[in-house]
Parts: sequence; C-alpha cells; structure tokens
Amino acid sequence: MKTTDLDFYYGDFPALEGVSLDFYINRVTALIGPSGCGKSTLLRCLNRMNDLIPYSRAEGKVLLDGQDIYDPNVDVVGLRRRIGMVFQKPNPFPKTVFENVAFGLRVNGISKKTYLANRVEESLNLAALWDEVSDRLDDSALGLSGGQQQRLCIARALAVEPEVLLMDEPCSALDPIATQKIEELIHQLKSSYTIIIVTHNMQQAARVSDITGFFYLGKLIEVDDTDTIFTRPKLQQTEDYITGRFG
Amino acid sequence: MMSFAGTGQNQIKEMDEFARKGRGRQRRERAIRIFFFCIALASITTLGLIVVFLFMEGLPIFAKVSVNDFIFGRYWYPTDEPPDFGIFALIMASLAVTTVASVISIPLGVLTALYLAEVASARIRELVKPIVELLAALPSVVIGFFGMVVVAPFLQEVFDLPTGLNLFNASLMLAFMSIPTICSISEDAIFSVPTELKEASLALGATHLETIVRVIVPASISGIATAIILGMSRAIGETMVVLMVAGGATLIPSSLFDPVRPMPASIAAEMAEAPFRGDHYYALFATGIVLFIFTLLFNVVADHIAHKYRQVGAATL
Ligand SMILES: Nc1ncnc2c1ncn2[C@@H]1O[C@H](COP(=O)(O)OP(=O)(O)OP(=O)(O)O)[C@@H](O)[C@H]1O
Ligand SMILES: [Mg+2]
Repeated sequence: MKTTDLDFYYGDFPALEGVSLDFYINRVTALIGPSGCGKSTLLRCLNRMNDLIPYSRAEGKVLLDGQDIYDPNVDVVGLRRRIGMVFQKPNPFPKTVFENVAFGLRVNGISKKTYLANRVEESLNLAALWDEVSDRLDDSALGLSGGQQQRLCIARALAVEPEVLLMDEPCSALDPIATQKIEELIHQLKSSYTIIIVTHNMQQAARVSDITGFFYLGKLIEVDDTDTIFTRPKLQQTEDYITGRFG
Repeated sequence: MMSFAGTGQNQIKEMDEFARKGRGRQRRERAIRIFFFCIALASITTLGLIVVFLFMEGLPIFAKVSVNDFIFGRYWYPTDEPPDFGIFALIMASLAVTTVASVISIPLGVLTALYLAEVASARIRELVKPIVELLAALPSVVIGFFGMVVVAPFLQEVFDLPTGLNLFNASLMLAFMSIPTICSISEDAIFSVPTELKEASLALGATHLETIVRVIVPASISGIATAIILGMSRAIGETMVVLMVAGGATLIPSSLFDPVRPMPASIAAEMAEAPFRGDHYYALFATGIVLFIFTLLFNVVADHIAHKYRQVGAATL
C-alpha cells in the first residue's frame, strides 16, 4: 500500500501536504509526530473513513495493490473490509462482547454458529482478552474497562481478517502489561498483515516497528528504517523530536 | 508574642463571622427547600383532587349497572327510557382508532427521522426539521377541520362511502398529530448516536444500511421508544379530532371505514346535555374513569419498555 503526493483538506485547512509513503506487507510502519500533525488524518485517508467528514477532500493517490482507492469506481465497503482499523478512542458497540467481535463476520454474511464462536474465541485470544472475558461473552461490552474495551476493538478488527491493519494509538488507554501483550500481538501479526501504527510512545515505535515516518504540520519530514531514524536520523528536526527536545 | 495573640483573636472573630454566614446560608437553603416543596405539593394535590373528583362523580353509576354490563354492554342509549349504559363500542372505537393511528404514525415517524438524521444532506435536514417541529404545534382543532373539509370528501368519493367521517379518517388525523412528535424526538436520539460507533461499523465493512439497522437504531432505541410513547400519548386521549372526524356512530367497528365514537368524543359531545348528577352524567364520568385507566396502563407499560431498552441500549461513551 502506498500514498503518492497525498494532500488532505478539512475545508480550507490543509491537514496533509504532499505525503508520499510506502507501506510494506509483513512490515510494521510507525507514524510519529507531535499532536495535530495529521497522523490520524493520514490513517483515516487509507480506509476512506474521512469520506464521512463533510467539506473535506483528498488529492493525490492512495494505492492498494496498484489500484487507486480514491478512484470513483472503487467499492468503498469492500475496501474497508480489506483494511481493518483500531481507533484512537475505544468504541465498542453497545452490544454483548460476543456480538462486538462477531459484528464484522455477520455483516459479511456469516451466520453459522460454530464458525462464529470459533472465530470470536480465536480473535479474542489474539487480542489477549479471551482469559478475561471468556465467562462474560454475553455481558455488555460497555461494562469492560477502558483497556479491555480497546483490546475488544482490536479483536473485532482482527475477526474479519483484513489485509492491512491501521492502529491509531492502540495502547494509549492500556496499562504496561496489556501494552506488552498488544506489542507481542503486533509482532505475531506482522507475518500476515501490513500494519500501520500511530504512537506517541517513542520506545514503542522503536520496539514494534520496522519503518518509522516522522510527521510535522501535515508534512512527512523523514522516513527510514526504524533503527536509522532512532540512531542516526538525517534531519535535526527528527532528532530533536525523538530525543524529546521539542514536541 | 503579643502580635501572635492579636492575630489569634482576629482569627476567632473571622471564624465567628464565617459560622454566622454559614448559618444564614443554611436558613436560606431551608426556606428555598420548603418553598419548592409547597409548590410541588400544591400541584400534586390538585391533580390528586381531580382524580378523586373523577371517581366520586363516576362511581355512582355502578349502583344502577354492574361494572361488567357497563364495560361489555353493547348498547349506549343514555337518553332512552329505560337507558342503556354499555360502553363496549366506545372502548373498541378508542382502541381501533389508536391502533390504526400508531400503525400509520410509528413507521412514518421513525423512518422520516432516520432519513433526516442519516440520509438527508445537512441542508435538507436543517430545512425540514424546523418544519416538522412546527407541525407538532398545529392545534388539534385545525387538524380536525382539515379532516372534515379535505380528507372526508376525498375518502367518500374515492372509496364510495356513505360518509368520509370515519375510523380511518380519525386515525389518519391522529397519526398526523403524533408523527411530528415521534419524528422530531427520534431524530434527536438517532442524531446523538456517537460518530465513533458509526465509524466502527463502517470500518468493519458494513454498508450504510447495515450500520443503520445494526448499530444506529439499537443504540438509539430508548430514545425512539420515548418518542413513540410521547407521540402516542398525544393521540390516545385526543378529543377534538375524534369528535370532529370519527363520525360519532356508536357501533363496534367491523371495517376501516365505519364511523365510530371513541370515548373522549362521547364525553365531550354529551356532557353539556347530560342533566347534572343524573345517571347519564355519572355514566360519562365513569367513561372518563375507564379512559383514565387506559392511559395510565399505557403509560406504565410504555415507561417500562423505555426503561428496559435504556439498560441494554444506551451508548455511554
Ligand atoms: N474533523 C475535523 N475537522 C476539521 N479539522 C480537523 C478534523 N480532524 C482533525 N482536524 C485538524 O487536522 C489536524 C490534524 O489532526 P489529526 O487528528 O490528524 O492529528 P494527530 O496527528 O492524529 O494528533 P493526535 O496525536 O493528537 O491524535 C489538526 O490540526 C486538527 O485540528
Ligand atoms: Mg490522532
């Protein structure tokens, strides 16, 4: 998946300017940068979630398997089935734990009970949540803690087996143990997904990602192997941000 | 040392002052509490007295007719000699009119709300919403008039009926009255479903329609239920419209186009001519009791439903 020369505007406000970035399969790409620099906006461009925002527009190209996803002929619903997303704030449905995870499968036309149950258990296991909720599958998901809700959202996204996984600060509401579990999960998923993760946690970016892109004021300032970015970045600005001298 | 002692005394004075102010504030709060309590008591007592009055003026009829005969009696000839006081036809008329009205108004109201909140562009929404709300303010006598002058002749002609003033006309007019309430309150509930939920659904590859059916409606169902209750309670005890367009015939409806006489219409039409504290007068009040029990039951059930859905449906994010 890649973007070429992508601009994005909220009304007249340019939130992204000329972003060209490649995302590779079996690699984790981390997006870092100060608050408001457009990380979430970029992520939401990749599955056309920004379509919902009135008066916004995207220019440039976003390619998935060589096809421009902003092409008018593209089936947006089908596209979103291939690109899973975990949002910045946990947003479980006001339904049971089970139905939350089964949602994506159900809208994909799957209704076989045993298959659903297996997929739900598998996904919850992947998201390191199964042990905590296996006996409350029929309780409302809103009764879970914030961190559990976030892992539920991850399980929900995994259940439909997308090709690309977009994660917007998936660990910002989690304790260190749950964070560690999610990071292990990301490592594990890498073998079959293209993963793009937004994070404010430098250590996390360094730990989980292979490639890191640094954004500032809507522009991609520098992108390179994570090792390179964190040890010998080319630009002073990047180094300053990573070492915490501005932010 | 001296200055310290001085400060101490000052502090004690200040604390005294503080305590006195505190006591004054407490007194004032108590006075305000008592004031509100009296007002609440006055209005509740008045309502209570009305109910007591209703029962005092209605119960005497049951010395003449049994409760059973009154409720299930087929004949309502209150001015005949000897009179018949059976309100079964009036009850059936009320039930039929309310049911048909809900069958029309609930789907129309809720679907319009869904359209406005989910499908229509912001421009259309901002244009139509105030118009719908304005419709809710139409006086019922105006709606009744419309039913009489416009809808009745139309029905009569199209369906070749003896009269256009009938069950269907009354239901239609009652539906008109409740649709704006149902629509506007449901719309608020649907519109306030968090965008995050919608996005979560769409991100999983649900279509817009699936998102509406599986996420948005369930998340706003308690608000929609409240809207339906409020809309229907406007219809259920409504008098003017049914008095004007229901046709007024005391018969148990067997077709959608039968003229009928719902309970409120009967009370309003006959009260003026019923001799004070005569049997007819008592029978009308007893009809009022039945109507009261109906609306009471309706409200209790409705409240229960809204409450039940609130517990499973509320989206608290
Ligand atoms: N719906 C919107 N309408 C208008 N402007 C928006 C909207 N969403 C975001 N913006 C603006 O776009 C810019 C980028 O926002 P974005 O959410 O992408 O930042 P971010 O990098 O994800 O920040 P954070 O780290 O705080 O999540 C910000 O200046 C923000 O104010
Ligand atoms: Mg963000």
